[in-house]
Amino acid sequence: MSAAKGKFRYISSDRRVLEDRRFVVGKGNFVADIVRPNMKHVAVVFSPHPAARIVNIDASEALKMAGVHYVLTGDELAAATQPMPNGMPTPEVKRYPLAVGQARYVGEWVVAVVADTRALAEDAAEKVKVEYEPLPFVVDGKEAFKKESPPVHPAHGSNILLDKTFVWGDVEGDFAASPRKLSFSQKWGRSSTVPIETFGVIAEWDAWREVLDVWASIQMPKYADQIATAMRLPMNAVRVHQDVDVGGSYGVKRGIKQTVLVCYLSKKLNVPVRLIEDRLDNMRGGDAHGPERNFDVELAFDDNGIIRSMKMDALDNVGAYAGRSPFQLGKPIGAIVGPYKIKSVQYRAMAVTSNKTVQEAVRAFGQSPTNYTIERALDEVAWALNLDRLEVRRRNFIQPHEFPYLIPSGTSYDSGNYPGLVDKVVKQVDLDALYAERDRLRAEGLLAGVGIASCLEPSGGNSAFEPLLNRQNKTTTWMDSCRIAVDALGTVTATMHTTSAGQGHETLVATVVGEALEIDPEKIRISRAHTLDVMPSNSPVGSRMAIMLGGAAFHAANKLKRKMMTIAAHDLGVPLEDLVWDEGTMTSKKNPEQKRTWNEVVLIAHRHFYRMPEDMEPGLTAQHVMQVPNGGKLPTDDDRIQMYPCFSFEFHVVLMSIDPDIGKPVFRRYMIGHDCGTVINPKIVHGMTIGGIAHGIGAALLEEFAYDDEGQLLTQSFMDYLLPSAHEVPKIETVHQVTPSPLTVFGQKGSGESGYLGAPAVISSAVNDALHPLGIKMNSLPLKITKLGDAIAEARAKAGKEMKQ
Amino acid sequence: MRTELNVNGQLHVLDVEPRKTLVDCLREDLRLVGAHTGCEHGVCGACTVIVDGTPVRSCLMFAVQAEGSEIITIEGVAPAPGELSILQDAFCETHGMQCGFCTPGMILAAHALLRDNLEPTREDIVEAISGNICRCTGYDQIVEAISLAARRMRGRNMPDGVPA
Repeated sequence: MSAAKGKFRYISSDRRVLEDRRFVVGKGNFVADIVRPNMKHVAVVFSPHPAARIVNIDASEALKMAGVHYVLTGDELAAATQPMPNGMPTPEVKRYPLAVGQARYVGEWVVAVVADTRALAEDAAEKVKVEYEPLPFVVDGKEAFKKESPPVHPAHGSNILLDKTFVWGDVEGDFAASPRKLSFSQKWGRSSTVPIETFGVIAEWDAWREVLDVWASIQMPKYADQIATAMRLPMNAVRVHQDVDVGGSYGVKRGIKQTVLVCYLSKKLNVPVRLIEDRLDNMRGGDAHGPERNFDVELAFDDNGIIRSMKMDALDNVGAYAGRSPFQLGKPIGAIVGPYKIKSVQYRAMAVTSNKTVQEAVRAFGQSPTNYTIERALDEVAWALNLDRLEVRRRNFIQPHEFPYLIPSGTSYDSGNYPGLVDKVVKQVDLDALYAERDRLRAEGLLAGVGIASCLEPSGGNSAFEPLLNRQNKTTTWMDSCRIAVDALGTVTATMHTTSAGQGHETLVATVVGEALEIDPEKIRISRAHTLDVMPSNSPVGSRMAIMLGGAAFHAANKLKRKMMTIAAHDLGVPLEDLVWDEGTMTSKKNPEQKRTWNEVVLIAHRHFYRMPEDMEPGLTAQHVMQVPNGGKLPTDDDRIQMYPCFSFEFHVVLMSIDPDIGKPVFRRYMIGHDCGTVINPKIVHGMTIGGIAHGIGAALLEEFAYDDEGQLLTQSFMDYLLPSAHEVPKIETVHQVTPSPLTVFGQKGSGESGYLGAPAVISSAVNDALHPLGIKMNSLPLKITKLGDAIAEARAKAGKEMKQ
Repeated sequence: MRTELNVNGQLHVLDVEPRKTLVDCLREDLRLVGAHTGCEHGVCGACTVIVDGTPVRSCLMFAVQAEGSEIITIEGVAPAPGELSILQDAFCETHGMQCGFCTPGMILAAHALLRDNLEPTREDIVEAISGNICRCTGYDQIVEAISLAARRMRGRNMPDGVPA
């Protein structure tokens, strides 16, 4: 069932975001704001070695301190809990919250200290003596892949977690038939989403009720399941409070190791226990780094720039433990050809362990690095043929009439109008004038470049990559839910079943329910249930909530509406089909005198059972559990899969200049064309888009978890891991287009990741255009000032002449 | 150590460890949790409060150092329970936030700007909030909120039709 298009009451209108009122007065409910009676605090002792055997732990001095309650080691914790879930079939890569026997990266948590205050716990942590025996280590991904590299997990036998080659279509045939070929390599550097709020969690075990209460800044599917499994508790003994506001996540707030640690301590000590990471804990040991990926690409194309086939090798250096990170090589399979008609693809996905910090799911789940590489491929073809980069994209675009479009890896794209949006942006930005401005800047002695990049944002997230990369995993269900109740006085409460990290889900639900019931969204109360009062959810991952939570809310509201109309029809003695709904009043079409108001039906449902239809439950409650559209199938034997259902499209254009003497890049113009189908809340979509670009600017120019050859993390604070400030983010112009999805209730698609998907690609494109006169290209991100400056200086020295005389 | 703190116009007498930061004291001893700790090394600005009229990072200041100063936290900005200041309302109007974690610090930085300058340029606003990191928004709707608040504050007590 779809809503009627084009006549929305609340959808797409420029409405305020309900959540904002509490935040502007400092009344959010963040985990660090929550205080439980007699709560104790945790600080951790971390490994200073990239790889070392733990020889001895002496906590006697720490335990002598007043106010120190416990010192926990990895051995004790491992004996009492299950290892944390391992996505890949690699049973010997075991992961516990504290290192067991061996530390595997600098910053890994080895010992936890519990004390009356965090400050005291930190003091005590300094008194814990850990004796290590250093072991051989490896930090580089390509090195780690080699057979002779020291295995991070000796029992696993190598560092390879995944090495799988997919072939979709006649790759060798297409390569053989293509007149032109080229290859390139590039690397996406290790960065992350780095929310301003670190991860935090409170656990409180009640031994008499046998309930474990958890408050956490979490954004993770199946959190309560994982806690129950690790703690060997029935799942109905775990109550996760989902009304905690999460201070930014963008994927990474998945602190399962932190959670198991405090859950165990709370149960052991019978007190509430809290761990709020400080910034150093978070950066080096919070296990929240993002992908670090080497690409090697070969392309087969013709003289017109039509790309026929692509071979892509992607190697992820996932750090010391597997976690979910290898799957970040899987999701890009659902958009492996981007918005282009590439007929066949060979994709080799490799994930290796190394002695670096563990990774977590990062915004777009591995798609942003891949998009950076797909867009580079289009630029390479243009450069090879001396064609315009935009023209090459136009020639390869999937055309509007070709949807739904099946890509070689088995995913169907729902809808799109790529050339339409590109035309709008080209007109709005005046691309010819932009190139003229670039040339003017060059004439002034600057390096200047125009960047062009498209991107697809797969949305409506599911976990189809799991069975694809791990055939033992047959999970294809990936639902979300909403429950709506009209109380005895006629007011409406809708319940969502997940935490929220700034995406405006309360506003989403209220808007959708208001739209369906034709009542003011601001009068709807939104509740975020705890997990013992909960319907299934898979949390806001993969740009899914507008589609999934929005869809569930719409269907639940329609069920409620149908129940109310059934009651009204029965009470009036008219057929259901005779009634029309108008802002909650149900009126007979045949005889408009015959009607029941909202409040009359509420009264019947809650108090006048004698007026109810037979066999109908009293009260007014409706719920809906929604499965991801178009999904639910296992991969085929030849590795084809329907990944996410909906595909937003964005087109980025920038003009950048670089001071050739110091290498500093400056944005002169940034425009994004954006099409995420029907927009539910324009303010939210705008914020997500611009915020995603800011995040992409960070990944492209500033942010890197840099390691030295000794395996030490060099960027552990905000002094050296640089986040974009208001100075680094230019004014960004936006152009909109609406190409509705046929698969969703209002035509909406996802919008949380698009800026981050396109910004690194377009910045790389602009920088390489700027460097073109010097005859060099940059092949890795981030493009820090120092790296750019050095490369430019080297090129100029080689050319033996100064650009500025 | 006995310390008197004047916070939002109210005097509090506290016993505070000399090493305790102002932000920890506000959050833990006074339960004013609107100031957030993001980095605790003076970069992110989530802990911003106003001390004697100037936005400061309360993670870089000891609580005992604030004795004798006037401290304003985000809890002291709203005119009454359930009401918003013009600036707070403007942040809601433009959706100048997402997760809300940097928001109190951001609003206090803007509050200090607008006290001195009711006609800020985009550059003035960017400069004023450049010590406050927002990871969600890319700053556009924050700049818009502050600009809108300035416009509305310029127009206060003006008869209808008088351009602000």
